[in-house]
Amino acid sequence: MHDVLTRDFLIQASYFVTAVLFIFGLKRMSSPVTARSGILWAGAGMLVATLVTFFYPGMTNYPLIGAAVIAGTVIAWWSGKRVAMTDMPQMIALFNGMGGGAAAAIAAVELYRLSGGASSGAGDEAHTLGVTTTTLAVVGGIIGAVSFSGSAIAFGKLQGLITRSIRFSGQQVLNVLILLAALVLGGLVALQLNVDARVVTAFFVLALVLGVTMTLPIGGADMPVVISLYNALTGLAVGFEGFVLNNAAMIIAGTVVGSAGTLLTQLMAKAMNRSLGNVLFSGFGDTGGAATGAVTGSLKPIEASDVGVMLAFAQKVIVVPGYGMAVAQAQHKIWELCQLLIDRGVTVRFAIHPVAGRMPGHMNVLLAEAGVPYDLIADLDEINAEFETADVALIIGANDVVNPVARTEKSSPIYGMPILNADKAKNVIVIKRGQGAGFSGIENALFYLDNTRMLYGDAQKVAAELIQSVKALG
Amino acid sequence: MTGIVALYIFMLAAFTGYEVISRVPVILHTPLMSGSNFVHGIVLVGAMVALGNADTPLEKTIGFIGVLLAAGNAVGGYVVTERMLEMFKSSNAKAKPGPGAH
Repeated sequence: MHDVLTRDFLIQASYFVTAVLFIFGLKRMSSPVTARSGILWAGAGMLVATLVTFFYPGMTNYPLIGAAVIAGTVIAWWSGKRVAMTDMPQMIALFNGMGGGAAAAIAAVELYRLSGGASSGAGDEAHTLGVTTTTLAVVGGIIGAVSFSGSAIAFGKLQGLITRSIRFSGQQVLNVLILLAALVLGGLVALQLNVDARVVTAFFVLALVLGVTMTLPIGGADMPVVISLYNALTGLAVGFEGFVLNNAAMIIAGTVVGSAGTLLTQLMAKAMNRSLGNVLFSGFGDTGGAATGAVTGSLKPIEASDVGVMLAFAQKVIVVPGYGMAVAQAQHKIWELCQLLIDRGVTVRFAIHPVAGRMPGHMNVLLAEAGVPYDLIADLDEINAEFETADVALIIGANDVVNPVARTEKSSPIYGMPILNADKAKNVIVIKRGQGAGFSGIENALFYLDNTRMLYGDAQKVAAELIQSVKALG
Repeated sequence: MTGIVALYIFMLAAFTGYEVISRVPVILHTPLMSGSNFVHGIVLVGAMVALGNADTPLEKTIGFIGVLLAAGNAVGGYVVTERMLEMFKSSNAKAKPGPGAH
């Protein structure tokens, strides 16, 4: 008896330490100077919690647990190590979905045990749960399941496995109906009016379907916000299942992620000038519509050699990277080019829009990978006033985030979105693969301005050509 | 843990998460999202307990999947976050490869 109490205390104390390490780690991760150590602290916390759980009282199935932990670890380690930096967003979506699925699985185990207990007759006290507990299990279950299947769809879209956004009239109505049906079944189970295994199964199936139908119509441009939202949802689901299992570490870690993720989601949505409801329900993102005819002028192509001269003799160059740079893996070449320019005395800055690429900070990660010091990298508020003094704004595969239509055209879907004022620079060079519209399908007025020149081609190849032409100047 | 204590924990943890992240610079948004993705990998602990208490084959199967997914969340989240954060350095922290390279 005494022994069990001591063991229980030690386990709880370890979970407490884990919670402290998590919060401490997250705090350190929010500054570039300490970020690296933050993940190490949080990792230590996870290790402690996992090891201690093997000594949890009343556990069986150790071979199964060990096998699952090892299998999950090997698969995730292998795929996490070899994924390219450019594919990071969908990888995060995938790992996040797995967490949501795990939370839903916990709920499913608890609820199926309840239904097993109910069918084998009352009196089996090991199989009874309070209504509060079942309600939390159901809520965490539906959130976790939606996050699981929704993240899987987000992964498929970013990975290019799902190329179309499937939309049809009445889609929102269908989603609401699925949600209502899931809530009714969930309510039956939560209040323990009907805990039949078939009801539990139907509830989870509906929740999984809801995640799919909710995410399918959302366009790729909105995926950052959606992934962040699912991240927050998984956190919440984990927190709720923590209540069910009476596990303080899960409650604290899950809730911290839930609230932090919600804030992060809001920051992102705000940067895109969209409300969250708008992202989830409007179906904008790659509609391709709203190509308002306000764009006048023509696209003026330019040769790489001319751009090389222009860059080499500029005082100040501001580089605006976008998803095109990520796709072409051009970050290393671009940095090589910038180093040449810096050697020639040119002031080079990188301007990052909050939602450039597929996730906020995506560009920073890529530039960091290439070795660009983060103090050369500025965000929208810091850099926007500087464009007026820049000789060249070099746009690499960015589109919507520099579209001046967002300032002027009230009818445009991106109207009001804060943009980088690249059009204020003396010269604008746009490196772009072809003449197509951007990810949102909106025509970019910047490309038609008098001071804009288009440099067509794959960003990496173009950067190599630019390096050659700058080097040729001696 | 009584319900009201759990509610206090929930409330305080929610404020903590909000505060910790409220002053984060944009350049860390992706790593931080990834880091918080790792932190909710703590679901592994719960999944292990759920599988450890599973009786029927159905419960064991779902529990097994749960632990598998949770381990993937925790390990994968850690690996990608660490890889991203490893790359963050300022121009003072290391010698610039630029000057002198040519």
